[in-house]
Amino acid sequence: MGHPRYQITNGKIMLNGKDATNAEPDERAKNGLFLSFQYPQEISGVSVSNFLRTALNAKREKPISVPDFHKLLQEKMALLKMDKSFALRYVNEGFSGGEKKRAEILQMAVLHPQIAILDETDSGLDIDALKTVANGVNALKGPETGILLITHYQRILNYITPDKVHIVIDGRIVKSGGKELALQVEEKGYDWVRPKVTA
Amino acid sequence: MAEQILEINRENYDHYNEDKYIYKAKPGLSKEIVEEISKQKNEPEWMLNKRLKAFEIFQKLPMPSWGPSLNDLDLNNIIFFHRPDAKRNATDWNEVPEDIKKTFERLGIPEAERTALGGAGAQYESDVVYHNLKKEWEDKGVIFLDCDEALQKHPELVKKYFMTSCVSPTLHKFAALHAAVWSGGTFIYVPPYVKVSMPLQAYFRMNAQKGGQFEHTLIIVDKNAEVQYIEGCSAPQYNVNSLHAGCVEIHVLEGARARYSSIENWSKNTYNLNTKRALVQKDGVIEWINGNMGSKVTMLYPTSVLIGENAKSDFIGVAFAGKGQNQDTGTKVYHLAKNTTSVVKSKSISKDGGITTYRGLLHIKNGASNCKSNVNCDALMMDNISKSNTVPYMDVKEKEVDLGHEATVGKISDEQVFYLMSRGLSKETATQMIVSGFIEPVVKALPLEYAVELNRLIELEMEGSLG
Repeated sequence: MGHPRYQITNGKIMLNGKDATNAEPDERAKNGLFLSFQYPQEISGVSVSNFLRTALNAKREKPISVPDFHKLLQEKMALLKMDKSFALRYVNEGFSGGEKKRAEILQMAVLHPQIAILDETDSGLDIDALKTVANGVNALKGPETGILLITHYQRILNYITPDKVHIVIDGRIVKSGGKELALQVEEKGYDWVRPKVTA
Repeated sequence: MAEQILEINRENYDHYNEDKYIYKAKPGLSKEIVEEISKQKNEPEWMLNKRLKAFEIFQKLPMPSWGPSLNDLDLNNIIFFHRPDAKRNATDWNEVPEDIKKTFERLGIPEAERTALGGAGAQYESDVVYHNLKKEWEDKGVIFLDCDEALQKHPELVKKYFMTSCVSPTLHKFAALHAAVWSGGTFIYVPPYVKVSMPLQAYFRMNAQKGGQFEHTLIIVDKNAEVQYIEGCSAPQYNVNSLHAGCVEIHVLEGARARYSSIENWSKNTYNLNTKRALVQKDGVIEWINGNMGSKVTMLYPTSVLIGENAKSDFIGVAFAGKGQNQDTGTKVYHLAKNTTSVVKSKSISKDGGITTYRGLLHIKNGASNCKSNVNCDALMMDNISKSNTVPYMDVKEKEVDLGHEATVGKISDEQVFYLMSRGLSKETATQMIVSGFIEPVVKALPLEYAVELNRLIELEMEGSLG
């Protein structure tokens, strides 16, 4: 996403055919990339609503009207079973783990990215929250939005059906397959796909 | 669109008029100038004597030996009395000279008066050029006048409360200076049980170079009455120093309630050495809301003296120091009676080498049992060259008290900026958003139009600051 403390030593990042290797985080976001954070920052004093409207307007040529925005926000919040008061709370401040995850998915739903990377969005969620988040993801994914879901567990895949599964170990894809691959991992663990260490 | 508003906004503060005056003292201070001020105002003898005595005290007292340096403040170069060529206390904006009227229009005063205020006053240099109270409040016995006029019309009230039990001229050098050369300002008296539901507002504007402004604000809220008062201040930027040494005295009588809000946006060549103090009787409440944006040096510590049981003080302050600015602010609370409460919330932002200091005093007298106090100060630094200090003095002589003190100092976090940028906000917008969130508790307490002004001022200060 362009975190300032990461240095790219090798390779290129292409986003929708454009070179995004050196793009600032906001440029990447405006080009349709979204990252759901595992530990999102708290922004004290800034309401979820104000933040999201500013973020949405940053992507648009003409700003969305306030009533239109509220309609959109309420609709997405209803989808994620979030209380209306949520919009007025300060971004992530005092949110439980589950609320933070839900808030990330809410941002994704409002900003409607082309590629969303969900980084362990399922960790720390109870089963109800997991279902709600999965519903949110399912509502968004489709020809316009691709989702890269990073997870350690099969559990969330009971609710979200992946088109492709890749197993990454130590930063490399070691095996690719369909949704059945995740089930195999659930059954057998990771050892069988781990590359053999040769002496 | 937003940028356009900001453009106009800067011009609004920095625009200056040609200096047209009916009287302008020579730079520097002398006994003759003090006498001249009193003579031109046709003051009773006791006031002249009070001024002269204060002038003597001023000459004897040393400059403050602590806090920011005042070495560049040359009092021989300040014009202490400067009367614009305008009618005093016009009650119709059309009677205010066109250029001065335009200045206040740019600052949004007549508009605010029409829509949201119970009354408004406007001071230009040494004189109040406009003053008006809506009839509704006049009929209920509320007095809202320029302080000079109050002295003429209500000498008994002024004599009783003017720089007597609240702020004494002996308090410090600049309180003495103020008492010697004060001019204009605001006088408010709210009779018992009258609750003024619309805020009263005054705006103090310095226009000329080397200016000095010494307005006096005297507010008396009688038993069980309520009032909200708002002050705004500004001046255009010159390359010579000017001085503002105002004084605010608030008497909150039994069961009464006063809210004092002020946004001070002096130009960055102004020394703002201001004294504000409230005396709160039994069951009374004082609320201070202070924003200090401009000025070169500010030394300001609004003080609550809680002398009656159950009296309460609530202080919210925000200070901003940019390049070349030193904001030395805070608050003092004296708990002199049982069951008194104070809450302090202070926020400061420093940037481009600016210095902010929270300097506070909490005093609890022996025997003032069951007092509660909660002090919370947060400082935000925008870069590595700016400074922030916290100097909280606590002087507690009583055991049965409940005290809390929290202070945080932080640099604007890269992680927060990155998080917001990852949602499409530019670095500048992300930073502005974090800063406005930081001061949100203060902004929330302000009347809407001031909240908008404060936010815009902060945006102005943040503009173009990020590489």
